[in-house]
Amino acid sequence: MKFAILVNEGPSTHKASDTAYQFAKAALAKGHEIFRVFFYHDGVNNATRLTTPPQDDRHIVNRWSKLAEEHKLDMVVCVAAAQRRGIVDEGEMKRNGKDATNLAPGFRISGLGQLIEAGIQADRLVVFGD
Amino acid sequence: MLHIINKSPYERPALDSALKTGEGAILLIEDGVYAAVKGGAAEAKIKAAQGKFKVYALQADLEARGMIDRVTEGVTVVDYGGFVDLVAEYKTNQSWL
Repeated sequence: MKFAILVNEGPSTHKASDTAYQFAKAALAKGHEIFRVFFYHDGVNNATRLTTPPQDDRHIVNRWSKLAEEHKLDMVVCVAAAQRRGIVDEGEMKRNGKDATNLAPGFRISGLGQLIEAGIQADRLVVFGD
Repeated sequence: MLHIINKSPYERPALDSALKTGEGAILLIEDGVYAAVKGGAAEAKIKAAQGKFKVYALQADLEARGMIDRVTEGVTVVDYGGFVDLVAEYKTNQSWL
Protein backbone atom coordinates (compact mmCIF):
# COMPACT_ATOMS: atom_id res chain seq x y z
CA MET A 1 0.00 0.00 0.00
CA LYS A 2 1.09 3.58 -0.70
CA PHE A 3 1.24 5.90 2.33
CA ALA A 4 1.69 9.66 2.54
CA ILE A 5 2.68 11.30 5.82
CA LEU A 6 2.02 14.86 6.94
CA VAL A 7 4.08 16.22 9.85
CA ASN A 8 2.68 19.44 11.36
CA GLU A 9 4.80 19.69 14.50
CA GLY A 10 8.45 20.50 15.23
CA PRO A 11 10.86 17.96 16.71
CA SER A 12 10.92 19.67 20.13
CA THR A 13 7.24 20.36 20.71
CA HIS A 14 5.49 17.13 21.66
CA LYS A 15 6.07 13.68 20.22
CA ALA A 16 4.43 13.85 16.80
CA SER A 17 7.69 13.93 14.87
CA ASP A 18 8.85 10.77 16.68
CA THR A 19 5.53 9.05 16.05
CA ALA A 20 5.62 9.95 12.36
CA TYR A 21 9.17 8.63 12.05
CA GLN A 22 8.36 5.36 13.84
CA PHE A 23 5.22 4.98 11.71
CA ALA A 24 7.23 5.49 8.50
CA LYS A 25 9.84 2.99 9.64
CA ALA A 26 7.22 0.37 10.55
CA ALA A 27 5.37 0.88 7.24
CA LEU A 28 8.60 0.41 5.25
CA ALA A 29 9.47 -2.68 7.33
CA LYS A 30 6.12 -4.17 6.35
CA GLY A 31 6.87 -3.62 2.66
CA HIS A 32 4.62 -0.60 2.16
CA GLU A 33 5.66 2.36 0.05
CA ILE A 34 5.96 5.91 1.41
CA PHE A 35 4.92 8.16 -1.48
CA ARG A 36 5.98 11.34 0.29
CA VAL A 37 6.55 12.88 3.72
CA PHE A 38 5.33 16.48 3.78
CA PHE A 39 6.46 18.90 6.50
CA TYR A 40 4.07 21.77 7.14
CA HIS A 41 3.61 24.50 9.78
CA ASP A 42 6.15 24.00 12.64
CA GLY A 43 6.89 20.61 11.07
CA VAL A 44 9.42 22.37 8.81
CA ASN A 45 11.69 22.61 11.87
CA ASN A 46 12.42 18.91 11.31
CA ALA A 47 14.50 19.99 8.30
CA THR A 48 17.28 22.19 9.70
CA ARG A 49 20.70 20.57 9.64
CA LEU A 50 21.92 23.02 12.32
CA THR A 51 19.98 21.17 15.03
CA THR A 52 22.30 20.02 17.83
CA PRO A 53 20.51 17.94 20.48
CA PRO A 54 22.47 16.65 23.53
CA GLN A 55 24.69 13.66 22.63
CA ASP A 56 22.61 11.16 24.61
CA ASP A 57 19.38 12.27 22.90
CA ARG A 58 18.01 11.06 19.58
CA HIS A 59 18.86 13.29 16.62
CA ILE A 60 15.49 13.70 14.97
CA VAL A 61 16.71 15.63 11.90
CA ASN A 62 19.59 13.24 11.13
CA ARG A 63 17.25 10.30 11.67
CA TRP A 64 14.89 11.60 8.95
CA SER A 65 17.83 12.25 6.62
CA LYS A 66 19.12 8.71 7.16
CA LEU A 67 15.72 7.14 6.57
CA ALA A 68 15.35 9.18 3.36
CA GLU A 69 18.74 8.04 2.13
CA GLU A 70 18.11 4.38 2.94
CA HIS A 71 14.67 4.24 1.35
CA LYS A 72 14.87 7.01 -1.27
CA LEU A 73 12.08 8.90 0.50
CA ASP A 74 10.69 12.10 -0.97
CA MET A 75 10.67 14.55 1.98
CA VAL A 76 9.12 17.89 1.09
CA VAL A 77 9.15 21.06 3.18
CA CYS A 78 6.44 23.69 2.60
CA VAL A 79 8.11 26.79 1.14
CA ALA A 80 5.94 29.43 2.88
CA ALA A 81 6.22 27.71 6.28
CA ALA A 82 10.00 27.36 5.71
CA GLN A 83 10.48 31.03 4.84
CA ARG A 84 8.68 32.11 8.00
CA ARG A 85 10.87 29.88 10.16
CA GLY A 86 14.22 30.42 8.43
CA ILE A 87 14.60 27.06 6.71
CA VAL A 88 16.67 27.88 3.62
CA ASP A 89 18.09 25.98 0.66
CA GLU A 90 20.40 27.25 -2.10
CA GLY A 91 17.56 28.59 -4.25
CA GLU A 92 15.79 30.34 -1.39
CA MET A 93 19.09 31.84 -0.20
CA LYS A 94 19.66 33.50 -3.58
CA ARG A 95 16.04 34.49 -4.08
CA ASN A 96 15.70 36.14 -0.67
CA GLY A 97 19.23 37.55 -0.37
CA LYS A 98 20.25 35.40 2.62
CA ASP A 99 23.85 34.56 3.51
CA ALA A 100 23.46 30.86 4.43
CA THR A 101 21.54 27.66 3.89
CA ASN A 102 20.44 25.13 6.51
CA LEU A 103 18.24 22.55 4.77
CA ALA A 104 19.25 19.07 5.92
CA PRO A 105 20.16 16.34 3.41
CA GLY A 106 17.22 14.39 2.00
CA PHE A 107 14.76 17.30 2.26
CA ARG A 108 13.60 19.57 -0.55
CA ILE A 109 11.60 22.80 -0.43
CA SER A 110 8.45 22.97 -2.54
CA GLY A 111 4.84 24.07 -2.50
CA LEU A 112 1.56 22.93 -1.01
CA GLY A 113 0.63 21.30 -4.33
CA GLN A 114 2.99 18.51 -3.31
CA LEU A 115 0.76 17.75 -0.32
CA ILE A 116 -2.37 17.73 -2.47
CA GLU A 117 -0.67 15.42 -4.97
CA ALA A 118 0.40 13.10 -2.14
CA GLY A 119 -3.20 13.00 -0.90
CA ILE A 120 -4.39 12.02 -4.37
CA GLN A 121 -1.64 9.55 -5.26
CA ALA A 122 -1.34 7.70 -1.94
CA ASP A 123 -3.85 5.12 -0.69
CA ARG A 124 -3.66 6.64 2.79
CA LEU A 125 -2.64 10.03 4.16
CA VAL A 126 -1.79 10.06 7.87
CA VAL A 127 -1.48 13.33 9.79
CA PHE A 128 0.86 13.76 12.77
CA GLY A 129 0.95 16.74 15.12
CA ASP A 130 -1.24 19.46 16.51
CA MET B 1 -13.03 5.31 9.98
CA LEU B 2 -9.93 5.12 12.13
CA HIS B 3 -9.87 7.96 14.67
CA ILE B 4 -6.37 8.83 15.86
CA ILE B 5 -6.24 10.65 19.20
CA ASN B 6 -2.91 12.12 20.35
CA LYS B 7 -4.04 14.37 23.20
CA SER B 8 -5.09 13.52 26.76
CA PRO B 9 -8.87 13.53 27.39
CA TYR B 10 -8.06 15.76 30.38
CA GLU B 11 -6.50 18.39 28.11
CA ARG B 12 -8.49 18.49 24.87
CA PRO B 13 -11.88 17.31 23.61
CA ALA B 14 -10.37 15.18 20.78
CA LEU B 15 -11.69 11.88 22.19
CA ASP B 16 -15.17 13.34 22.67
CA SER B 17 -15.15 14.66 19.10
CA ALA B 18 -14.26 11.22 17.77
CA LEU B 19 -16.90 9.48 19.90
CA LYS B 20 -19.59 11.80 18.52
CA THR B 21 -19.09 10.31 15.04
CA GLY B 22 -20.76 7.16 16.33
CA GLU B 23 -18.64 4.27 15.07
CA GLY B 24 -15.30 2.97 13.83
CA ALA B 25 -12.01 2.39 15.58
CA ILE B 26 -10.14 4.62 18.01
CA LEU B 27 -6.37 4.55 18.25
CA LEU B 28 -4.92 6.31 21.29
CA ILE B 29 -1.35 7.56 20.79
CA GLU B 30 1.04 9.95 22.58
CA ASP B 31 -0.81 11.68 25.49
CA GLY B 32 -4.04 10.20 24.11
CA VAL B 33 -3.17 6.94 25.88
CA TYR B 34 -4.15 8.55 29.22
CA ALA B 35 -7.74 7.75 28.19
CA ALA B 36 -6.91 4.03 28.39
CA VAL B 37 -5.80 4.02 32.04
CA LYS B 38 -7.82 1.76 34.31
CA GLY B 39 -9.45 3.76 37.10
CA GLY B 40 -9.12 7.08 35.30
CA ALA B 41 -12.06 9.45 34.89
CA ALA B 42 -12.12 8.65 31.15
CA GLU B 43 -12.50 4.90 31.76
CA ALA B 44 -16.30 5.15 31.73
CA LYS B 45 -16.19 6.86 28.32
CA ILE B 46 -13.95 4.15 26.89
CA LYS B 47 -16.14 1.37 28.35
CA ALA B 48 -19.31 2.99 26.99
CA ALA B 49 -17.72 3.39 23.56
CA GLN B 50 -16.67 -0.23 23.26
CA GLY B 51 -19.99 -1.38 21.79
CA LYS B 52 -19.62 0.94 18.82
CA PHE B 53 -15.86 1.44 18.60
CA LYS B 54 -12.88 -0.87 18.69
CA VAL B 55 -10.36 0.81 20.96
CA TYR B 56 -6.60 0.50 20.51
CA ALA B 57 -3.65 2.12 22.33
CA LEU B 58 -0.03 2.42 21.24
CA GLN B 59 2.33 0.26 23.28
CA ALA B 60 5.38 2.57 23.16
CA ASP B 61 3.38 5.51 24.50
CA LEU B 62 1.82 3.44 27.31
CA GLU B 63 5.29 2.20 28.27
CA ALA B 64 6.81 5.70 28.16
CA ARG B 65 4.17 6.83 30.67
CA GLY B 66 4.49 3.77 32.94
CA MET B 67 0.95 2.61 32.20
CA ILE B 68 1.40 -0.57 30.22
CA ASP B 69 0.16 -2.67 33.19
CA ARG B 70 -2.82 -0.41 33.91
CA VAL B 71 -4.78 -0.60 30.65
CA THR B 72 -8.59 -0.68 30.77
CA GLU B 73 -10.08 -4.06 29.82
CA GLY B 74 -11.14 -4.34 26.21
CA VAL B 75 -8.47 -1.93 24.94
CA THR B 76 -6.11 -3.66 22.50
CA VAL B 77 -2.45 -2.70 22.78
CA VAL B 78 -0.64 -2.38 19.42
CA ASP B 79 2.94 -1.58 18.37
CA TYR B 80 3.91 0.72 15.47
CA GLY B 81 3.41 -2.18 13.04
CA GLY B 82 -0.11 -2.56 14.43
CA PHE B 83 -0.63 1.19 13.89
CA VAL B 84 0.33 0.72 10.22
CA ASP B 85 -2.03 -2.26 9.92
CA LEU B 86 -4.93 -0.22 11.32
CA VAL B 87 -4.34 2.62 8.85
CA ALA B 88 -4.27 0.06 6.03
CA GLU B 89 -7.39 -1.71 7.31
CA TYR B 90 -9.59 1.40 7.50
CA LYS B 91 -10.19 3.24 4.24
CA THR B 92 -10.18 6.63 5.98
CA ASN B 93 -8.44 8.01 9.05
CA GLN B 94 -8.71 11.25 11.00
CA SER B 95 -6.15 12.69 13.41
CA TRP B 96 -8.36 14.72 15.76
CA LEU B 97 -7.11 18.02 17.15
